[in-house]
Order: sequence, then C-alpha cells, then structure tokens
Amino acid sequence: MVLVLALGDLHVPHRAADLPPKFKSMLVPGKIQHIICTGNLCIKEIHDYLKTICPDLHIARGEFDEDARYPETKILTIGQFKLGLCHGHQVIPWGDLDSLAMLQRQLDVDILVTGHTHQFTAYKHEGGVVINPGSATGAYSSINQDVNPSFVLMDIDGLRVVVYVYELIDGEVKVDKIDFKKTSTSNSAP
Amino acid sequence: MRRLAGVEDEEKWLAEGIAGIQHNAFFMHRALDANNLREVLKYSALMLSELRTSKLSPQKYYDLYMRAFDQLRQLEVFFKDESRHGLPVVDLYELVQHAGNILPRMYLLCTVGSVYMKSKQAPSKDVLKDLVEMCRGVQHPIRGLFLRSYLAQVSRDKLPEIGSEYEGDANTVMDAVEFVLQNFTEMNKLWVRIQHQGPGTVREKQEKERNELRDLVGKNLHVLGQIEGVDLEMYKETVLPRVLEQVVNCKDELAQYYLMECIIQVFPDEYHLQTLETLLAACTQLMPTVDTKIVLTQLMDRLSNYAASSPDVLHEFLQVEAFAKLSNAIGKVIETQIEMPIIGAMTLFVSLLTFTLRVHPDRLDYVDQILGACVVKLSSVPKLEDARAMKQVVALLSAPLEKYNDIVTALTLSNYPRVMDHLDDGTNKVMAMLIIQSIMKNNSCISTADKVEVLFELIKGLIKDLDGTDTEELDEEDFQEEQNSVARLIHMLDNEEPEEMLKIICVVRKHLMTGGTRRLPFTVPPLVFSALRLVRQLDSQGGDITGEEVSATPRKIFQILNQTIEVLSSVPCPELALRLYLQCAEAASDCDLEPAAYEFFTQAFILYEEEIADSKAQVTAIHLIIGTLQRINVFGVENRDTLTHKATGYSARLLKKPDQCRAVYACSHLFWVDDIDGIKDGERALLCLRRALRIANAAQEMANATRGSSGPVTLFVEILNKYIYFYEKGNPHITPSDLQSLIELINTEMQSDDNGNRRTHSDPFFTSTLRYIRFQKQKGGLIGDKYDLIKL
Repeated sequence: MVLVLALGDLHVPHRAADLPPKFKSMLVPGKIQHIICTGNLCIKEIHDYLKTICPDLHIARGEFDEDARYPETKILTIGQFKLGLCHGHQVIPWGDLDSLAMLQRQLDVDILVTGHTHQFTAYKHEGGVVINPGSATGAYSSINQDVNPSFVLMDIDGLRVVVYVYELIDGEVKVDKIDFKKTSTSNSAP
Repeated sequence: MRRLAGVEDEEKWLAEGIAGIQHNAFFMHRALDANNLREVLKYSALMLSELRTSKLSPQKYYDLYMRAFDQLRQLEVFFKDESRHGLPVVDLYELVQHAGNILPRMYLLCTVGSVYMKSKQAPSKDVLKDLVEMCRGVQHPIRGLFLRSYLAQVSRDKLPEIGSEYEGDANTVMDAVEFVLQNFTEMNKLWVRIQHQGPGTVREKQEKERNELRDLVGKNLHVLGQIEGVDLEMYKETVLPRVLEQVVNCKDELAQYYLMECIIQVFPDEYHLQTLETLLAACTQLMPTVDTKIVLTQLMDRLSNYAASSPDVLHEFLQVEAFAKLSNAIGKVIETQIEMPIIGAMTLFVSLLTFTLRVHPDRLDYVDQILGACVVKLSSVPKLEDARAMKQVVALLSAPLEKYNDIVTALTLSNYPRVMDHLDDGTNKVMAMLIIQSIMKNNSCISTADKVEVLFELIKGLIKDLDGTDTEELDEEDFQEEQNSVARLIHMLDNEEPEEMLKIICVVRKHLMTGGTRRLPFTVPPLVFSALRLVRQLDSQGGDITGEEVSATPRKIFQILNQTIEVLSSVPCPELALRLYLQCAEAASDCDLEPAAYEFFTQAFILYEEEIADSKAQVTAIHLIIGTLQRINVFGVENRDTLTHKATGYSARLLKKPDQCRAVYACSHLFWVDDIDGIKDGERALLCLRRALRIANAAQEMANATRGSSGPVTLFVEILNKYIYFYEKGNPHITPSDLQSLIELINTEMQSDDNGNRRTHSDPFFTSTLRYIRFQKQKGGLIGDKYDLIKL
C-alpha cells in the first residue's frame, strides 16, 4: 500500500491566504510516501511546507509559479503504475478530456495527473485515467465559477489504485472514492 | 593601618569561638547532670560570652549562634524541671538577671522567659513585653539581631493567638501583634545601622552582610502573616500602618526595597486590594534610589494572578477602584523619577496592561489610556534606542493582540498606532508582522474600509519605505517573506456587501500603490484577484437594483483593474501583467462586457509584442493567450477575427519550429468550440492543422540538413491526434483519407532512417494512437461507423 497525495493550484498568496485549516490538520507528516503537485503553489513557503509532509515531492510548473525551474511535464513510476504530471495550461482546450487523453498517450502513462481547471475530475478513458485534484485552497478560477477546496489521495496497491477525493463543502470535509484497476496488458510494451 | 579581616582570620576566630562554646558546654553539662544550678548558670554564661564577639561576619556568626542555640535547648529543659534546681520559675527569672554581661544575661533571660510563659504563672504578654524591651540593651547590630531572633524563636509558640492556650482576657491577639511589631521595629533599626560607609570594597562587604541578615528581619513579617486572628481589620488598622511607618521612616534604600517586597509576598492578595491606597502611598514616599517600579510590578503581577484565580474576585477590584489607583501611582512614580530610564517606565506599563487585561478586559478605554501614557513617555525622548525598552514596547503592543483574538478590537485603540510610531523602523516591521500573524492565526476577517485603513496605517512599515529606510539593505528572503505576508493578508479583508468591499479594495489599492516597484509584483496580484472575486459575486447576483446609484459595478471594477495592472509596467514584469490581463479578459467576457474584454486582450497582446522577448516565455504566453481566447464568447465577428488572426500570426513566428507547430495546431481550437452555440468553423480549423503539418515537414527537413538525420516523428503524431479529434467531433472538412495519408506519412518517416533510437522514441505514442483508433472502431454505433472508414 503506497499513499500518494495529489494536489495543486493553491495559488498562495495570489488568490488564497493558506490551505484550509481542516486540510492542514489532515496532512500529517510521515503518513504519505509521495506527493504529486500539479503546480501553481506559487511560493517557496508552500514548497517547503509540502516538503515537511513528505520529502518525495514532484512538481510540474504552473503559469504563476515563482520558481521557473519546475519541469513542464514529469513522469514517475510508483509500484506497477506509471504516472504523468503536467499542470495543464499547455493543453488546449483547457480541461478538454480528449486533448488530455492525447497528452496521456504521448507521455505513455497509466495515470495522468493534471490541474489548471480547479475542478476535481477522475476520468477513465481508453488510454488510462486522468485525475485532476482541483484546487487545494479553493482558489478563484476563470474557468470554474464554483470552486471548493479539494485534494486527492491515491492508494496504490499492486494493479489497483483507489482514488480518494477530499472536498471541503460548506465547512465540512466530504470524502468520495473511485476504484481503478490496471489490466496487465497495458500501454507500456513494445 | 588597619588590615581588613581576611577569610583565614575569620575561620580562625570562628574556630576559637566554637572551641570556647564546646569547652564551656562540657562543664555546663557536668553541672546539669549534678543539678548544680550555680555552676550551670556560671558555665552557660561563659559559653554565651562567645557570642559577644564582633569579629565575625553574619554567616560565621550564625554558625556560632546555632551551636549556642542547641545548648540552650537543653538548658531550657533543665530550667523547666523545678525538681532539679529547686527554684520557682519566678525566682529563676530574677536570678539570671545577675549575669555579668548583658548579652549572656539576655539569652538566659529569654530562655527562662520561655519556661515562665509556659508555666502560665504570668500573662505571656507581660513577659513578652519585658523581654522585648530589655533586649534594647544590646545595640550592636549583628549581636542584637541574633538575640532578638532568638527571642522571636522561643516565643513563637507562646503568642496569644486566637485558639492558642495562651489566649485569655489579659492576653489577646492584639498583644501578640504588638510584641511582634515591636521586635520587628527594633530589629529593622539595628539592621539599618549597618550602613554603607568607607571605600568600595568595604561597602560591598557591608552590603553583602546586610543581605545575609535580611531574612532575620523579614521573618517577623512572616509571623505577622501567620498569626491566627489577624484579620483584615487588624491588618488595615494596626499591622500595615505600623510596618509601613517603620519602612518609610528608616530611610534606608535596602531595607525599604526588601521590606516592601516582603509585605507583598507575605500577606494575602485580598488584603492588598483593600489597602491598595495605603500601599501605593507608601511607595511614593520611598527613597528615590529604591527601584519602586519593581515593587509596583510585583504588586501588579500578584494582583493579576489573583484576578485570574477566580472570576468571583473581580468585583472586589471594581469596588476598590484598583485600576485608577494603580494607574495614578504609576503616573506619579514616572513623573517624580525623571531619571528613570525608558525601559523602567515601559516595564511598568506592561505590568499595568497585563493587570488590566486580566481584571478589566472589557474596558478598552483603560487599555487605550495606558497606551496613551506610554505615548507621552515615549514622546519625551527624541529617539528610542534601548533594545530592551523596544522589546517591552513590543510586548505592550502584543498583549492586546493575544488577549483579544479579534484584531478588530485592537484596531479601535486610538493610541495603538501612536505607540507604533515611536518604534524604530526595524521594530515597527517586526510588530507589523506580529499583527499579520495574529490575523492569520485567528482567521480574523476585517470587514470595513475604516478598519482596513487603520490596519494598513499600522503596518505601513511593510507597505512602503519609511523615511530613512532603504529597501536595498534588507535581506532578500526576509523581504519576500514580508511581502508575501502582506499578500496573504489581503485575502483576510472581506465584506459580503459589494459597496463596502469595493471601498476596501480602493483603500488597499491606495496603500499598495505607495509601495514602490520592488513590492508591486507581490502585492498587486492578490488585489487583482480580490477584485475579480467581487466581480464574479456581482455578476452572479444579477442586475442592478433599479434606481439606486451604485458604484460597485463590474464595469467600474474593470476600470480600476486596468489602472492597477498598468502600474506593473513600472517594475517591469510583463509576464505577470499579461497573465493578469488575460484573467480580467475572461472575467469581462463572463460579464458580457465586450469593450472591456477587448481592451484587456489588447493590453496583453501589446505586452507580448513589445516586452516578452524570451522564447520560452513566449511559448507559455502564447498558449495562455490561445487558451483564454478559445474560451471567450463575447466577441463579435470582427473583434474575434482580429484577435485570432493575431494569435495565429504570433504562433507561426515563434523561434523554434516545434514550438511554432504546436502553437499553430493549438490555434485550430480557436475556430472550433465544442459548445452548443460555439463557433464551428471546420475549414479554418483544418487550415491551422495543415499549416502545422507544413511546419512539421519543414522541421524534419531542417533536421536532415543540419544533423544528417530526421528529427522525431512526435510532431506528426500530435497532429494526427488533432486530426482525429476534429474528425470525431464532426468537422466535415476532414476525411478518412486525410487520416490515412497522415498515418502513412508517419510510417514512412519512421522507416526512412534506420537509426534505432528514433524508432523507440515515438513508437509508444504512435502505437497508442493507433490503438485508440482500433478501440473506437469497436465501439459500434455512429462512432464505430466513423472509424470504420479509416483503413489501417
């Protein structure tokens, strides 16, 4: 069982002061093995904070990120899964699932984690799964009129991944979960 | 020339004294065993004579005294047993007064007196009175103090307290109190007599000696505090006035300081409350060299703790008007002690404030009053330079923040900003950060423009360069931390009422504009997004309330936003400004404000053309432009054409061919929006794809020419995916054969070079694309039919 935290689009301090206190109290150091961040932190303080939760931190560059050195895309392997990470402002139309599917094929990954729309989605298509953890702070978005703070926790176990989405709605944290199974005859094969 | 006694000398004398005591005690014991009263008295007197020495320091004298004390206990046992010596205690009392020297005489008398009192043959008050007066015969400070201390010790359990066996008609608590008071007074007089005279080393020694002796004097106060029957009334009428009289009249700095402290520690806090005026009056009468402020601080701290101990006691404080009295006393002390350093005054204010926040937390006027007094004192010095005093001022300002978790309360204290004005710039900023941290920690929300105004005045050290500071001096990281804090703060300013919220935004804007080019990149974005949130709120609330003159309209806010983002050109930070313009453009589109949206796009394009030269930055910028434009539906045909034409043009003119290719095919989406009433210009979309294809071909040729091998086929596969996208969406201009020829092209390109590397690089992408096509074929229905037409 490997826990992977996926979150992003915090936009601190441009659009939000901080993570919601209820989220902060849930994100305890030492429980999570990897963090995947879709970008737009935007400042070093947030980077350092995430590092305290888990030292294995992967970040893709968002268009408002202070640190320009984050990569445009990143690929990593966790257990049996290949994960791809990209902020998403590079994929036009923004939020379009078919276009994101194309990126997924291009990166050749089982799970594509992407952001920018501040809207949680977990979508299975022919090529794999696209997950958008939304905005962890519920930051303003020109794309999404009604943003609730959200983040995703993935539990990777063998060929199965359970995606837990945590959403802060009207002051309460609501949890939902989605199961995905990878068939062993998947993409990565000559 | 008198040589000062060295430690070795004292050791020698002490040893001699101890030897003397032991020697005579031996014979005394022999006499005790024989019940020989005469011999007992003779040798005990000889033994006690050792205490007549004046050569020992208090520490060493104490050593000697204790040995004698132990012996006297056994002597007392002997005296008590009349059967052993044959004399009634009355006669014994008479007999011991014949001892030759006064000191041994007095020790013996006290010892017998103890027995006498126990026998109850005379009222203890009479014996006590007799003894306490006769001790006057010993006027040497150290000897006298120890003698009286002995008297206090042996008499302790014989005082006529309430409930004691010695209480009676003739013996009252009052008598006990009288006795102790008198002993105390005499002891203090003796103590004070050890004055600081002579050269430095001598004075130091004497001061040390005095300190060693002070507990002997203080013990009396402890006893007074413990006597059963000393109630508030007696304390108020007799005990305190007499003690204070001695304290004030002795005019000795050391004694006054120590005794005031003692009084405060020993007696109960309720008593202090009820005698507050008397105590405070005494404080003002002390010698000018006494550190009254420490005394006052101790008193206030005790009273603060008392107030915190139980809510019931609070009304006592109100009843005695504690605050007024304390604040007056402090005022007086600060006034009279003009040489008092600032830190002293500040310490007093901090104590008084702590007290006030505990006892009268709801009296903001009291708090403000203290701050006001602080301002007056701070104004009396040209510049505050003492770091410790500065720390106290910070403590003073932090206390209300901690007490009232709601910063808004602190903002109502009119003197708060005035105190802050007196801090030096560095400390001012520290305080400003503390204020912001307090707001963030408590999740406070500041909701009126007035309060925001006050708040930004308070934190002005962070907002702009104060006179005399130079931002260049500041550490880069610290500066960023400061500015990010200010940025975060902006999100804590909120009001549901749009009119008020707009006022808040304007106040914030006014202050931020004074920040200078170094600060703007940090502070402008949160302001912009705060305004955009308001716009969205207004837009969702619906139309204008008929007839009312409202200034909070999206149009008005966009004007403000335009002016605000414009200021970033002075920094300059074109990339940030471009992003903000695009955000505003989309927001304006959502509000159906075509002119505003167009204006924002114009500004963004101008920045792109003129200011963004870095190729990587251009790539990101053009994608943001395309992505935003793709979503906007407010434009009429002409405006839209102008903008899309420009966007496509820029895309084709990016430096690197692959970047050009990608941007151009991204533009295809400008002509096809998947909404119900979105534009669906299949032809122009296809034109973009074809153009992208030409660029990809050119890129391939260039790679051949310059490196001798073809580049990767990735671009082709990407374009293929786009063709598939539009085909599936139903673009009539894209045919199955288009797709087929593209697939063939890719196959060709892949085989045309037998460099193994290239194969593996694009293989997965192409492979998965083909796989997708096959998958769609199997779907059946319309989709299946569509894909069936594609021959693989």
